[in-house]
Amino acid sequence: MNIPSSIVTLLVGIFVTLASLWYGQNHGLMPVAASAEAELVDGLFNTMMTIGFGLFLLVEGALVVAAVRFRRKEGDMGDGEHLEGNIPLEIVWTAIPAVVVLGISIYSFDIYTRMGGLDLMNHNMAPAEASSSVQVAYAPGEGDMPLMTNAANATAEVPAILVADATAGMGAIPGTAVGSLLSIDVKGLQYAFIFSYPNGIIDGELHIPVSQPVELNLGAQDVLHAFWLPEFRIKQDMIPGQDTRLVFTAIREGTYPVVCAELCGPYHGGMRTQIIVESPEEYQTWVDSRLTAMAAGDRTIANLPKAPADRSELEYLNNFVEPMQLAIAPESLAELQTHHTDYSPADYPHAEHHSLEMGS
Amino acid sequence: MTVTTAAKTPASDVPMLLGNERKWTDYFTFCTDHKVIGIQYLVTAFFFYLVGGSLATVMRTELATPAPDIVTPDVYNGLLTLHGTVMLFLWIVPAGAGLANYLIPLMIGARDMAFPRLNAIAFWMIPPSGLLLIGSFFFEPPTAGWTSYPPLSLTTGMLGEGIWIMSILIGGTASILGGLNFLVTILKMRVPSMSLTDMPLFCWAMIATSLLILISTPVLAGALILLAFDLFAGTAFFNPTGGGNPVVYQHMFWFYSHPAVYIFVLPLFGAISEVVSVHARKPIFGYRAIAYSSIVISFLGLIVWAHHMFTSGTPPWLRMFFMITTMVIAVPTGIKVFGWVATLWRGKIAFTSAMLFAMGFIALFLIGGISGVMLAAVPFDIHVHDTYFVVAHFHYVLFGASVFGVFMAVYHWFPKMTGHMINEFWGRVHFALTFVGMNLTFMPMHELGLMGMNRRIALYDPQFTDLNVLATIGSYIMAVSTIPFLINAAWSWRYGPKAPANPWRALTMEWRTLSPPHIENFEELPVLTTGPYDYGLGYIAEEDPAELYEHAVPAPVAG
Ligand code: HEM
Ligand SMILES: [Cu+2]
Ligand SMILES: [Cu+2]
Repeated sequence: MNIPSSIVTLLVGIFVTLASLWYGQNHGLMPVAASAEAELVDGLFNTMMTIGFGLFLLVEGALVVAAVRFRRKEGDMGDGEHLEGNIPLEIVWTAIPAVVVLGISIYSFDIYTRMGGLDLMNHNMAPAEASSSVQVAYAPGEGDMPLMTNAANATAEVPAILVADATAGMGAIPGTAVGSLLSIDVKGLQYAFIFSYPNGIIDGELHIPVSQPVELNLGAQDVLHAFWLPEFRIKQDMIPGQDTRLVFTAIREGTYPVVCAELCGPYHGGMRTQIIVESPEEYQTWVDSRLTAMAAGDRTIANLPKAPADRSELEYLNNFVEPMQLAIAPESLAELQTHHTDYSPADYPHAEHHSLEMGS
Repeated sequence: MTVTTAAKTPASDVPMLLGNERKWTDYFTFCTDHKVIGIQYLVTAFFFYLVGGSLATVMRTELATPAPDIVTPDVYNGLLTLHGTVMLFLWIVPAGAGLANYLIPLMIGARDMAFPRLNAIAFWMIPPSGLLLIGSFFFEPPTAGWTSYPPLSLTTGMLGEGIWIMSILIGGTASILGGLNFLVTILKMRVPSMSLTDMPLFCWAMIATSLLILISTPVLAGALILLAFDLFAGTAFFNPTGGGNPVVYQHMFWFYSHPAVYIFVLPLFGAISEVVSVHARKPIFGYRAIAYSSIVISFLGLIVWAHHMFTSGTPPWLRMFFMITTMVIAVPTGIKVFGWVATLWRGKIAFTSAMLFAMGFIALFLIGGISGVMLAAVPFDIHVHDTYFVVAHFHYVLFGASVFGVFMAVYHWFPKMTGHMINEFWGRVHFALTFVGMNLTFMPMHELGLMGMNRRIALYDPQFTDLNVLATIGSYIMAVSTIPFLINAAWSWRYGPKAPANPWRALTMEWRTLSPPHIENFEELPVLTTGPYDYGLGYIAEEDPAELYEHAVPAPVAG
């Protein structure tokens, strides 16, 4: 049986292509895609998996074939053929990877732009008006929910500090109705996320309506944290002294984890909460119920995570005495706590429910 | 394939010294012989590998269950920080330096390094640096990870963090002195007949490594000194409380630490180029491409650092710039991998332990390289940054390439270093266990990261338990795999069959002197007669002259 090598090459090529195309779509390695951004990222990931798996098969295959076909026979003291290289072949395997990585770069760049990554390009170079400059991670401008312009952004009810950036006005896809951007402040502290909604609600969990762009203004109170939504494929560090920002659009209702992804201390692994994506009606119901409770004098932060094992509930909750304070270091926190020495456990009636009276 | 000499010492003869004898006590002294220093580095580094591996085993045991039960989260972070720091600064860097020290002068026909005293000083900085670091664990372990980002690193305890900084400053200084020495030695001390393109590829790789060390390590030192000021003097370079900027630290840290990953792996890129060629008996495929790609990697390696900071406070244009440079670095790296595979192709592959580790190296490094290109793509990296996907990626590179590379090098040069052949059967067992254990430990971590498991955590979501159990089992297999190696190396060093000068019939110069080499390396400086990889041209490596051994006493056992 003597198959010409060109046919073998062809068959191998077909097999590798089919196998990688199949694997690129069926790896099943990503969690459900719950945001518009996630679908974009998954497209990129699948492409890279296809190429990567093909390369994997080719090179590992070549290694295995070489190991079998070119093993030294017992007692053979001779040398292999004297082949110092092959310039055309070397050019090919320099050029092909170069083209491939260039392609992936361009594709990534495109995805990044469509996710809104370049949207506020000039922000960071613009002189910051407020004490901290604002960093934009995302502002999606995709599909039927195109992005508002930055000018629109500036007129929307965003915190003043954002306005300076918004005037930078880079590359956003116009069209989103003014004010459609729900803007939520998120503060990271050891070991919880505190969400402050526009209408004064403060919560330990993130509620958002589906299919509506949401803006998160991220800050950290003590050390670095990172705000990660695995099902949304977005992540942004929370940096003390420098606000950062994430904009995304949920496309699937459900409850998903919110994870801290930057080492922030021993209980970093426990720094998690949930994001609850609801229909606009359900979201409104939740907002109303919280507003009613607040009107009735309930000033608690709901759904704070449990205290780590080695700390008392009080020690833990002390961190949250004033969640939106601008304090950024433990020293200032300690100072703050001395102002509240008159507090006694009795002042924390909801402690066992992991809720806490806010302000003072 | 093990060639052994039948030459035995006739007991009746008057012992004659060959001039390559060393007392074992020499290895515990301030000795300026590069060969002694090389072995000192390697043995010390291996000791720290065992330390780092033990720490990893405890960590994996803790991670077998979602709850933080075996050790407290605090202790876990201490283990994590020490594991990372020990593995990088006390195992891989010194192991690479050890190989370079041992091999460079022999490969280029020099009698020693350019600055022998400096060389000894550099080595003797490693033990204090390591002891400091390990000592810190018993007082107040540093717990901010090997990256030690402020502000966290400023809040976790002054003593531990201070010791950590001190230890790395000492280790970094040693590394700079070493790099300087390698560079000058390679450039200035070759035998006159050897041009740069006649050098073994290991020397090219060490030029690239040394350049990186010299350019980037001082920046790390700067960052750490500023961090120490923040820590002890209350300055606010990086401390946001006083108006400092923690992101600046990250830039400075990665300005060193990305090039550092090439410092960890380039020496082994060099070593594998020697091994595949010799054990497949074929010239290295594309000598110039492999040589120059090392230099290109070392240049590009300096301008990719911010790919570790895609989710930090990094402006969009910066993200795009660093994405493209990182992608581009895949090209010279690919050239090397393809070159090694093509060298094997149509060779005569001997499955020595060295060759097995070399093939494992290529197979695993490929996986780390593919995931590396994926990580360069900003939109994807934003999802997996700081997750187990990254842990999987860098272990495929650091373990799959660097550690496999060190073992490969040890099996290959063991006869030269010790004068004894190492047992091949146990070498293969070592390889099989390591290879299986490595994949079982780190392959599942890709999926864990993609699915949502963040790194550096002592407690995790129970949905991830199964894959973590798998990883823990793999780590136990790896822990076991070091046992055959340890016993084999120690036993063979003492009792292994006497090694001839050139057991692999190799053409590079280190094989043209005794095993172990003369104290002065060569009795008479060799003259270049063949290129380093001229297999297949009919050159036959010289056999040891029989009279060499006739009157000789066996070289005393080292160590
Ligand atoms: C002996 C087998 C090894 C095992 C089982 C192992 C396991 C681990 C584990 C479980 C982590 C912690 C992941 C986390 O919690 O984020 C880790 C981190 C790390 N490992 Fe290994 N590892 C091994 C070998 C190595 C080697 C050989 C190197 C380097 C040459 C290395 C370098 C690192 C580094 C740099 C980190 C990051 C530490 C940090 O996050 O600060 N490991 N390893
Ligand atoms: Cu955290
Ligand atoms: Cu890097």
